[in-house]
Parts: sequence; structure tokens; C-alpha cells
Amino acid sequence: MIEMIKVSKWFASFQALKEVDLAVGRGEKVVVCGPSGSGKSTLIRLVNRLEAHQEGRVIVDGVELTDDPRAIDTVRREVGMVFQSFNLFPHLTVLENLTLAPVWVKRVPRKEAEETAMHFLARVRIPEQAAKYPSQLSGGQQQRVAIARALCMRPKLMLFDEPTSALDPEMIKEVLDVMVELAREGMTMMVVTHEMGFAKTVADRVVFMDGGRVVEAAPPAEFFGAPKTDRAKLFLSQVLGH
Amino acid sequence: MGRHSGKAKRLAYQAAAIAVALGVAWFFVSNTIANLEERKIASGFGFLGREAGFEIGESFFLRYGAADSYGRALLVGLTNTLAVALIGIVLATCLGTAIGLARLARNFLLRSFAAAYVEFMRNVPLLVQLFFWYAVVTEGMPGPREALSPLPGVFLSNRGIFFPTLSSVPELQGFNFVGGMVLTPEFAALLIGLATYTAAFIAEIVRAGILAVDRGQGEAAHALGLSRPQTTRLVVLPQALRVIVPPMTSQYLNLTKNSSLAVAIGYPDLVSIANTSMNQTGQAIEGIAIIMAVYLTISLSISAFMNWYNAHVAFK
Amino acid sequence: MRWLRENFFGGWASGVFTLLLILILWKALPPFIDWAFLDAVWRPDPKACRAGEGACWGFIAEKHRFILFGTYPYELHWRPAIATVLLIGLWIFSAFRVFWKWWLSIVWLVGLTLIGILMWGGIFGMRYVENERWGGMILTLLLTTFGLAFAFPLSILLALGRRSDMPVIRALCVGYIELIRGVPLISLLFMASVMLPLFLPSGVTIDKLLRAQIAMILFAAAYLAEVVRGGLQAIPKGQYDAAHALALPYWRRTYLIILPQALRISVPPLVNTFIGFFKDTSLVLIIGLFDLLSTIKISLQDRTWTGFGVEAYLFASLVYFAFCFAMSRYSRSFERQ
Repeated sequence: MIEMIKVSKWFASFQALKEVDLAVGRGEKVVVCGPSGSGKSTLIRLVNRLEAHQEGRVIVDGVELTDDPRAIDTVRREVGMVFQSFNLFPHLTVLENLTLAPVWVKRVPRKEAEETAMHFLARVRIPEQAAKYPSQLSGGQQQRVAIARALCMRPKLMLFDEPTSALDPEMIKEVLDVMVELAREGMTMMVVTHEMGFAKTVADRVVFMDGGRVVEAAPPAEFFGAPKTDRAKLFLSQVLGH
Repeated sequence: MGRHSGKAKRLAYQAAAIAVALGVAWFFVSNTIANLEERKIASGFGFLGREAGFEIGESFFLRYGAADSYGRALLVGLTNTLAVALIGIVLATCLGTAIGLARLARNFLLRSFAAAYVEFMRNVPLLVQLFFWYAVVTEGMPGPREALSPLPGVFLSNRGIFFPTLSSVPELQGFNFVGGMVLTPEFAALLIGLATYTAAFIAEIVRAGILAVDRGQGEAAHALGLSRPQTTRLVVLPQALRVIVPPMTSQYLNLTKNSSLAVAIGYPDLVSIANTSMNQTGQAIEGIAIIMAVYLTISLSISAFMNWYNAHVAFK
Repeated sequence: MRWLRENFFGGWASGVFTLLLILILWKALPPFIDWAFLDAVWRPDPKACRAGEGACWGFIAEKHRFILFGTYPYELHWRPAIATVLLIGLWIFSAFRVFWKWWLSIVWLVGLTLIGILMWGGIFGMRYVENERWGGMILTLLLTTFGLAFAFPLSILLALGRRSDMPVIRALCVGYIELIRGVPLISLLFMASVMLPLFLPSGVTIDKLLRAQIAMILFAAAYLAEVVRGGLQAIPKGQYDAAHALALPYWRRTYLIILPQALRISVPPLVNTFIGFFKDTSLVLIIGLFDLLSTIKISLQDRTWTGFGVEAYLFASLVYFAFCFAMSRYSRSFERQ
């Protein structure tokens, strides 16, 4: 589904990614973790071209990402993204947030888009909030709306960039539950997160990054049970210790 | 210090303030009455009914001749002010928005042109710009006989810009054009000066408004597959408008007030005509009072609208 | 290379703009350079100017003494010249934060006294020159300086008054501010020029310069008051609470704690208002004072030199632009700190 081959990226003179190789297969759930500044957010943002790589190749569902706007467009229609700060559109209701893209990008008739929207709102368990504005919802509810919004475009792949980092602790579970359900239904997912419980439950592979490189990549049992590198061991002791 | 003495102090301050204000007002008023009597100047608004005795160079909606009253002359001035202000606001908004967007463009040349425009217009006084445009329109344009004609029936000359109307077409007779509708050089200079000057300020407001929208909004829209124009139109602009409207209306008010500089280049706006009337009748106080009352009404109405807007359209 | 491509030809629309703008530059820049520099006449010779096709900068060369100094006696021009340099020097000196100490006000006092002595004369063997004859650059600068010097403290009082919990004080301040801000500056200048003599007992006169100055001060105070009010509102409420808790009386705590913070926050919009005010001094032309713009305009009325308005006002634009642009750059460097 995703292929990254020797991908490098610079921000001015700072190299954020150093020759990263990564492959995510169809239906696979990959969790990317690491200390801050390790490049994990940058990596995930390369997949839908919110950032552009300077070296290497990024291929999503067979389409190679270059400066070609048509390729970028094709990829973005197939890839859904959920952000740390939700990024819901504050001037639109929840329902309008969900129908905006299907109506304007896929040219779906409004009625059909609204039905799809209500369906996904039910899936994330907040169908009664359809007419409200984002500012009237709690953080957990807003993030679930954001997930539903991405799902309305019926993506083949879902990206999550630290989806629970901005939430109060009591709301993290409701969002993770939705993500777990999504995973169980077979969605291909790439998740950047600090929630190791989620990684243990759902991930097929855990990718650990540090300093712009992939340091270790292994199934969760192996990664959490018997980490190979010192840096991974250090990270795990810090994250799981408390 | 108990609360009682605090309260007494506040009452004392306020009583003193009122006393001072009233005292100063009484001082001014009594002197004025004495001075007016001494100089044998009439007072009151009776002069509005008297015959004005002067011509007005242009009038947009009302018919006016020298035999009409001062009151009517002032009314013509008011309509002239509103005409140039309204057209100026429309032009300034269009130009300003375009330049504001240009300042955010990816194209380096476009960004630089727009930035240079804004820097220059904002750092030169409006009066200088008005004189400049007036000089361009009167010195730079050819005489009626060599008038430029970019479109059939439209003539640009130093006597003004002539347009055909539905009933008559301008024709060269002797040394000038007759017929059609004319935009005097004064009007043209004032309009161009006001529009280009205010556009620079509007450009900065538009730019600030768009920059105020969170970057994540654009990213979320792009992640959903929306194109750049769609993102700007559906997601960024609606949010930017809420930040833009308050300072924008403030600029509209500034443009209207700035139109009073018309008196310096001879366009017969309200201030200009009031000035002529004051010079002829000597009734300066009434004249200035009329000017201030009109502008105050305009600006208070706009303030009221702003308050209504903030209360009802603010982010839910 | 990549930067070039992204910034000039990022999309097809961008490419079109680039070509269009290069075309405009190509068509407009060479003729302008011809007119402004190559064909221009620099000698103060009206016949050569009319015969030539380029700009007539000779007009400026011929009239520059009048433009800079107005009707000040010709042989005494060294006095306003030094005064101008001194005043600009004071402003530049005050721009450095290092010098924001208590003795800065003394420096200003001494400087302004010197300027007064130079301009008026009457002592030290210098001939007395009444202020009706002052004009040009020094007048613009003096109007700005004194205008701001008096308006600023007044504006602080107005801003504090507007936030006062005493309804009468608040009403008076709000009324003043909204009245002044709602009317054009020109009406205030007319008011000062025409009505102020009527307000005073007969026989008492105020000269024209002072009338205009008063109007400018009252005008600036209202606008500056709103900027200061913004600064006062921007201070976190905790500061007000802490000041209250220290049990300082109102004026003490305002002066020591609240105002310094409010003013520090407000420096960029304050400088912007100063720039606007500097530009607004050009309006005194309309009531017959001879500021810089006025002297330029009057020199155009000389019959041997009519018709060069474009050159004259371009020159005026450059002078004002130089001052205002420098001030706005200064304000921006403040924001970065």
C-alpha cells in the first residue's frame, strides 16, 4: 500500500529524514513511535504530500508522489488523515464538515453525502451531534468527528498523526476505541502515537524512529518484549516506566 | 480608609469634572455670543434658506443652479461626498483584496510588486497623492482636441473624462465636448487617489485576515482532497472574513472622512461647499457644526453596525 | 534553481503573471528611467526644462530654499537648517532603547529650547523672526513633535479615564474620543482656525500656528488614546490584581506597574499612529500654514515654473516616504524583539 524507498527530507539545512525505507501492506496496521523530533510526524505527512521529500521515492497504492498535481490529487482522495489538533472547520456544522469534501471533490449528490455522513457519525457513536458546531463539542467528540470526516471519503488508507496527544486523559479511550474498531474491520492504518497500549493491541508492526532514521521495526511482541537496540530500550523504559 | 470616604471621593471627582466641563463650556459660549454681536455676524440656521449665489462644478443626482438656496447647495455637497465615497469604497475593496491576495502569492514577482505598492502608498500622505493625481489628470492628459479615445464615445482629456449616456453622446464642439456625462478632473483625481490609497490599507487587512486562519485548516482541507482554490473559497476565506470585517469597515469610514480633502483640489464635496458658504455668510459655527454632524452621523452608524456584527456573527 | 521554479512558474497562472509583470516592467521602466534621469534637466533653467522631454528637476534645484525654509528671511536660513538637523537628531537619539532613561526628558528640554532660540532669535544678537514666517521642513517637524509631545500624556489620561469606573469621567472621555474620531481632521482644523478666536474674549488672539497646533494635539490625543487603551486591555488581569494586592494608591500603581507594561506592548501601533500623524500635518496647508507640502505647492504657482506638478509631487512623495518608511522599519524591528 505504501512504499518508501531511501527517502530523505530537509527543512532548510536541517535533515529531518535520513534514507528511510518503509513498506506498509494492504490491511496492515503500523504504529510509528519515537522521541520528539525523531521525524515521525514528517514521515507520515509525506504520505499525502503535506510535506514533500527531496530524495528517494514515495509510492502510495501504486501512484508515485512527485510534484505532479494529478498524482497528489489521486493519492489524497484515497488517503484519509486525522490530526493532533483535530482541524475541524469551525464555521461549519458537524454534518457540513463531513459532507464538504465528498460534495466538492467527489461530486457526490448532497443527499447521498449526508446519508454517508450520518452513517459514519453513528459509527463513531455521536449521530446526535450532527447539527452542532465543533466548538460545542468536547475534545474527544471533536476527534471522533474528525475520524468520521476522513472516513466519509472512503479512503483505502488512514493516517493518524498523534490523534490523542491533545486530549484530556478521560477522553483518550473513546477515540482509541473507535480506532481499534476501525483496525478490526481491516482498514490499512499508519499511526503516530505515544499510546503503547494501542500499539500492543492493534499493531502488526511497530516502527521506532530516532534522529530521522528507522532504528527498529518489529511486531509488537518482539519490540516490547525483546528490543534489539539500546535506543529502543531507553525509549521504552522512559515511556512505559511510569 | 473606609468605603464611605472612597465613595465620597469618587462623587467629588465626578462633580468636579462636571463643574469644570460646564464652566469651560459657559466660558466659550458667552465669549462667542459677545464676539458674534461685536462683529455683527448673524447666528442660527436661517441662512440655509437664502440664495446661495454660486455655481457648483458637478452634481450627481440633484439639479442645482446659483439661484438655489444654501441648504440645497449643502445637500448637493453631501450627495457628491457620498457618491465619491461609495464608488471609492467599491474600487478600493476590489483593488485592495487583489493586492492582499497577491502579497500571499507563490510568485515572487507578484509578491514583490504588491509589497512595494503597499509600502509606497502607506508612507506618502494622501494629500500629496491627491495633488499628484490632479497634476497627472490636468497636466498629463491632452487637450480636448487631442483627446485619447480608448473606447468609442469615451474621451480622456484634461477637461475630464466624457462618457456617452443613453440619451446623448459627447461631441467635440469648438474647444470642448458637449453632451454625454462628464467626470471632472477633480472627481477623477479624488476617486483615483482615495481608491489607490485606501486599497493599500485594505490589502494589509486582507492579508492579516488570511494569515490569521490556522494553518491546520488548510492542511485538513488538502488532506481531504480539496484543491487550492476550493480550500481558499470554502475553508479559509469564510474564516478570514470574520477577522477582516471590523478593520475593513474602519477603513471605509476613513475613506469617507478622507474625501473631505476634496476641498484642496476643488471637488465640490460637503466640506468644500460648506467652506464656500461659511466664507460668504460669515456663519462659521453653523457651517462647521453641519459638517461635524453629518460625519458624526455616518461614523456612529458604522460603529452601530459593527457592534451588531460582532454580537451576531461572531464565532459560535 | 528549484526556488526559481517554485517562485516564478509555480503553476500556469503563476507563469502568466511572471510573463505579464516582466512585460510591464519592460515597457514601463525604460521610458520612466529616460524621463526621470536620462532626459531630465537638472539645471534651474525654465527654458531648457520646457524644451526638454524629461523631468524638470531644475525646478527643485531652483526652489529648494523656499521649499525647505518657507518665507524665513533668506540670509538667516542657517538657523532653521540647524534647528531641523537638531530636531531630527533628537528623534533619532530617542529611538535607541539604551537611551530611555530619566534624563532623556532633560535632553529634549534642552534641545527644544535651543531650537526655540534658533528659530525665534531675539537674543544673543540674533534677529527676531516671528513664527508667521516659519515654514517648510522645520514647520512640519515642529508640528509633529509638539503635537505628539502634548497629545501623548493627554491620551494616557483619556485612556485611563475611559476605563474608569466613575460614570461621569468615563462618559466625558468616551464622548471626546468618539467625537474627535468621527469627524475629519479638516473640520477640526477649520474649527481651530475659525472658531477658536470666537471662543476667546475679544482682544485675546492666538496666532495661527498655535491654533493649528492645538487642533492637531486634540486630534492626535483621541487616536493615541485608543492605542493606549488597547495596551491597557492587553495586560493580563493578574497584573491588575497583583497591583491592587500591593495596596498602592491608584496613581502610584498605574504609574509604576500598569502603564509601563501597557506602553511597552503598544509601541508598534503607537509608532504607526505617529507615522499617520506626521502625514496628517500636511493638512495644515488647507488653513494657510506653510508646511513642507504647502511650500512645494506654492512654488508651483510661480509663473515661470508652472506645469511641473508631477515632478514637484514626486519629490514631495520621496521626502515623506523617506521619513515614514524609516519610522515603519523602526517599528517593525521593535516587533521582532
